[in-house]
Amino acid sequence: MSTGVAIVGLGIHPFGRTPGVSGRQQGVIAARRALADAGVRFEQIDLATGGSMDGGDADSLVSDLGLTGLPFQNLWNGCGTGGSALLAASHAIAAGAGQLGLVVGFDAHPRGAFNTDPASLGIGDWYAESGMMLTTQFFALKVQRYLHEHDLDPSILATIAAKAFENGARNPNAWRRQPLSEREILDAPMINDPLTKFMYCAPGEGAVALVVCPSDQAHRYHPRPIHLRSAVLRTRRFGSFEVFSPWLSVERGPSPSADAARLAFEQAGLGPDEIDLFQLQDTESGAELMHMAECGLCEDGEQEDLIRSGATRIDGSMPINTDGGCLANGEPIGASGLRQVHENALQLRGQAGERQVAGTPRTAFSHVYGSPGLSACTVLSV
Amino acid sequence: MTAPFVDDAILVATDDGPRLVGGRCSACGTSAFPRPGSCPRCGSEQVDEDVLPDRGTLWSWTVQHFPPPVPPYQGPQPFVPYGVGYVELGGRVLVESRLTESDPAQLRIGRELELVLTPLHDADGQERATFAFAPLERP
Repeated sequence: MSTGVAIVGLGIHPFGRTPGVSGRQQGVIAARRALADAGVRFEQIDLATGGSMDGGDADSLVSDLGLTGLPFQNLWNGCGTGGSALLAASHAIAAGAGQLGLVVGFDAHPRGAFNTDPASLGIGDWYAESGMMLTTQFFALKVQRYLHEHDLDPSILATIAAKAFENGARNPNAWRRQPLSEREILDAPMINDPLTKFMYCAPGEGAVALVVCPSDQAHRYHPRPIHLRSAVLRTRRFGSFEVFSPWLSVERGPSPSADAARLAFEQAGLGPDEIDLFQLQDTESGAELMHMAECGLCEDGEQEDLIRSGATRIDGSMPINTDGGCLANGEPIGASGLRQVHENALQLRGQAGERQVAGTPRTAFSHVYGSPGLSACTVLSV
Repeated sequence: MTAPFVDDAILVATDDGPRLVGGRCSACGTSAFPRPGSCPRCGSEQVDEDVLPDRGTLWSWTVQHFPPPVPPYQGPQPFVPYGVGYVELGGRVLVESRLTESDPAQLRIGRELELVLTPLHDADGQERATFAFAPLERP
């Protein structure tokens, strides 16, 4: 980026279920916390971006935060909504459109699997009527093929989930804070083979907000600004294996995650081996497994040894999903991508409490993947 | 079976039985299912009808263990688990399909399958036929 952008305010409303507090209200709470963290008032914010699926329009937050007349852009890119909002705000700041930007993502979903309308994705009604319009099936079909191609033992999926719940237990903002053993995870009801109930995240509630500004101004607002070294959004290319696909090509192409991650590392001038911690989209535990390779953290098939050796734990050589990821936090779509950036920024500030990565981490990577085949990645540094 | 197809754009009756209807780009040769209005690879709007083979091999599989939301789901009630997989057809395209087999022990990647019809019931109770793939031989 020509003008660097820094994150100087962090705000979160705990994830999970908060009866009596709407998703929109959780967004207001997260925004106020981010403003307070940066030591600024809403009147000082020059521009805002945000998004939500079921929580209402992000720009309606001005009713609570202040009718200042600022430009507030609503953005929607499925699970990439938060990443998209951060990208838009950082571009605006970098282009000189303002000094202070607010980025907010929030949501509150009904219980149970998402009920997506096939027509919204250009798919015929027959697809849902026949019983295939389910995101859970996609993840199962993708990881089933992956385990087969790379000769991986399905029990590794339970190891990944157990790590998520262990990390979630150390995170006061997480939804699932009860550790579960690999046995309990494997013995839970099967949802879509090879994935059991505890290997999937659930739709939930939550909100995250960030305050961003030009890097050269950042010390005015926070003593330890976190620099946004890159933010990248990519959509699918021909041959990738995507959710809600009535058909796939016989040729495999690069995934949007692989494209977004490679560009994010390139633009940051840092390789995966120079990153101290990672947040990867773990809609289910197979997603974390596959995204490790897609994002360039390792080669296909190397995950099992890395995970079993403890490399991806908080005290390992490549900590992944230190806040418990989607598995322990649930997935309020609008907030989920920003939760990852919030966690990385908190870790780089050294303020992650019981789950703090030791050794003063200096760099962090985040990755979201979502329907209908897109990915948003960021690289942060102190 | 006399029930109408769930969608006449995806299934066609032939002398040899029902077949899935895809599309093949006349510019770059890419196959897709269902037949798209334009080619997802090159953008050409010349996509010809492509009647797909009725036999293929299982490329990946899972079993749907929980009832999908009704509507839109129109499968048997009360709910019975069903298999879902991608089936490679003639080296041209991988089609996502219901599988008649839902026992994980019977499902393995590479297994040979053939196209069959399976009933759905719409909100008015009218029967319609969607497609599924059934194993050809014992595993």
